[in-house]
Amino acid sequence: MAEPEKKVTLIEKLGSMDRRIIFLLIGLAVLIPIIVKYSTSIPTSPLVQTLFDKVESLPPGSKVLLSFDYGPSTAPENQPMANAFARHSFEKGHRVYLMALWATGPRQSEQLIEEIISVEFPDKQYGEDWIHLGYKAGNQGLINTLLSDFTAMYTTDLDGTAIDEFPMMEGVESLRDFDLILGLGSGFPGTKEWVQFAGDPGDIPVGGGTTAVMAPLLFPYYPRQIVGFLGGLQGAAEYEYALVKQHPKFGERSRLASQSMGPQAAAHLVIIAFILVGNITYFVERARRRKY
Amino acid sequence: MEEQAMLATPLAHAIGVWIGALLTLMIFSFLYKDNPFYKFAEHLFVGVSAAYWMTVAFWTTLIPNLFARLWPSSMGSVLPAVADNQREWQYAIPLALGLILLTRLVPRIAWFSRWAMAFVIGYAAGTNFTRYLQSDFVTQVQSTMVPLYEPQATTMATIGNIFSQIVVVGGVICAIIYFYFSKEHKGGFGRAARVGIWVLMAAFGASFGYTVMARISLLTGRMDFLYQWFTGANW
Amino acid sequence: MKRTIPLLITFVVGFSLIVAMFVPHDPFHGLDSNFSIFYDVIAVFAFILGGGNLLKVHFNKVQNKRRDWKYSIVTISGFFLVLGAGLLKIGVPEGWSGGYQASGSLFKYLYDATFQPLQATMFSLLAFFVASASYRAFRAKTKEATILLIAAFIILLRPTPLGFYLTYWLPEPLKFLHIPNLSTWVLSVPNMAGPRAIMIGIALGIVSTSLRLILGIERSYLGGDSS
Repeated sequence: MAEPEKKVTLIEKLGSMDRRIIFLLIGLAVLIPIIVKYSTSIPTSPLVQTLFDKVESLPPGSKVLLSFDYGPSTAPENQPMANAFARHSFEKGHRVYLMALWATGPRQSEQLIEEIISVEFPDKQYGEDWIHLGYKAGNQGLINTLLSDFTAMYTTDLDGTAIDEFPMMEGVESLRDFDLILGLGSGFPGTKEWVQFAGDPGDIPVGGGTTAVMAPLLFPYYPRQIVGFLGGLQGAAEYEYALVKQHPKFGERSRLASQSMGPQAAAHLVIIAFILVGNITYFVERARRRKY
Repeated sequence: MEEQAMLATPLAHAIGVWIGALLTLMIFSFLYKDNPFYKFAEHLFVGVSAAYWMTVAFWTTLIPNLFARLWPSSMGSVLPAVADNQREWQYAIPLALGLILLTRLVPRIAWFSRWAMAFVIGYAAGTNFTRYLQSDFVTQVQSTMVPLYEPQATTMATIGNIFSQIVVVGGVICAIIYFYFSKEHKGGFGRAARVGIWVLMAAFGASFGYTVMARISLLTGRMDFLYQWFTGANW
Repeated sequence: MKRTIPLLITFVVGFSLIVAMFVPHDPFHGLDSNFSIFYDVIAVFAFILGGGNLLKVHFNKVQNKRRDWKYSIVTISGFFLVLGAGLLKIGVPEGWSGGYQASGSLFKYLYDATFQPLQATMFSLLAFFVASASYRAFRAKTKEATILLIAAFIILLRPTPLGFYLTYWLPEPLKFLHIPNLSTWVLSVPNMAGPRAIMIGIALGIVSTSLRLILGIERSYLGGDSS
């Protein structure tokens, strides 16, 4: 008789586990794979592949607008997307326009410039191949302004140089002159607003990447209103996979998201275990209550 | 130039990393329990954030898009590119409305700020009316009604596509029925609403999975930073 | 003055923008363009208003020595330190004509050392609470909860090796049951239908609320003073 009682005690203990133990376990699940450098590759899903194919199929010299609509809070998810888009666009010879709907965006685009453009594409000329336009206030109002007159708000680049001094700004009168808009979003305003205020009224191809929290809400726009998008870190890892497959020269150096997918996978397994244990304790306790 | 040199040195960078790491640990200390370190970091965050957004908005929008248009010659030292531009008087309107908005800080004349609020609300209502109607209503209905049969697809793929499309169309209709409360959820209508709940639950399950994924990604970013700090890799 | 003029402004601005969508010619096109720029500029004043309000609340707290008033000093100090560094362009190599976020500037330094880690960590805390919620609240108590749980499981399993090993052995005709394929299906079929229904509902709500605002039927934004 002592044996079943012992089992029940364990279930009870599990049922009332201190939340700090859960915190510790999830912390370790993330930290250990970082220390041992465990990473995983995620094959590309159709949603990501269509966007990759779009960037791949644009002719060299196409105008790609990359909007940084996020900040440090979601940089671990969005920054690998920005890196992958920039690498792919430069590799294909597109002209890249960096802007931001969020005030925290320009520091993220500067990080892209410091870590990717300056290091991997030093031959790309500022003002000819890429430009840093920075942030403007206005949220969806800014997109609306840019749709009718791009230079009404962007009179200068981030450093204050007149916009018409740059060769790559020739022929850019409105958002309609861009071949692809890539919105990197993590909330409002973000990819959804790019679809609503630029893509649909201007008939401009819109794609991009969002945090995983936002991703499920964008599915209704696919494929009619959005070319494709990267959902969270997993989406970024899928794009990296496609990029390395198509352009093997990038290799290991372009695996920022894939490296972070190791801790991600480990933490997912721990959370799945939490859910299973939580449910087992619940059903055992429920059965016990019914019995007595 | 002395300050610039000082803040760009490796030592300044290392000190910055240490400050960042200590603030990170202060926030994480909340996981044990609420404490003065967490409160300090939390309050610092609020002050720093507000000032950051204000400063960025001032230099990126107020100066080039307002002051430089109203007083271009006076902006020469800050924004040499616009010094020779013509004055554009119509920008006195947003300046006036902006200043009117700030009257909200003075209780005696706070009602005046309604004029600016009215502009903002009118703008949001006018643009949202058309954009939501087009993107989130008309196009969504169009996107739901797509052909079931694709001539190029294999038999298995065709069966799969037809099944998925029926789930999408049926799911959208049933979920909308669930949100329709003007008729009692009984009989066939009630059964459709119940199917609607199942579809919504499957969607919420997917959202939950993605939310977990998002939060873990952010934690990975911070843990990686702390690990690099601990090993001295990012000093 | 207090009600009629705001109602008139809302009507003129809102109505012009709706008409501009269908009549893309002047004067409506010009009004659309100008109103958009005005809106962008006014948004900056909203930031200033937000900052002013924050200071008002915290100065008040310090003045009246309310609970945790000492921390309000931290908020105020942090605010003025960053604001001063940014507006005065302290440490910017080129002086006034240089970028306020230039390398070596105090503003950039404070951003990297304080704002960046604080914001990132604040959001990462949620990972712990999501894990705790998964353990305590995620129970298959009903049929609906079970559907939610199964969908979440499929999504969570997708990036893990377990997700691969659980189903990779399934034969070709059952390939659609492979976790990656199931995950794609859940996202692009039921997850498409549910949010689409919600989206359609929200769109109808926004359209009707916008109309009520423009026509002056909805006036709650004007506050309670009816004079």
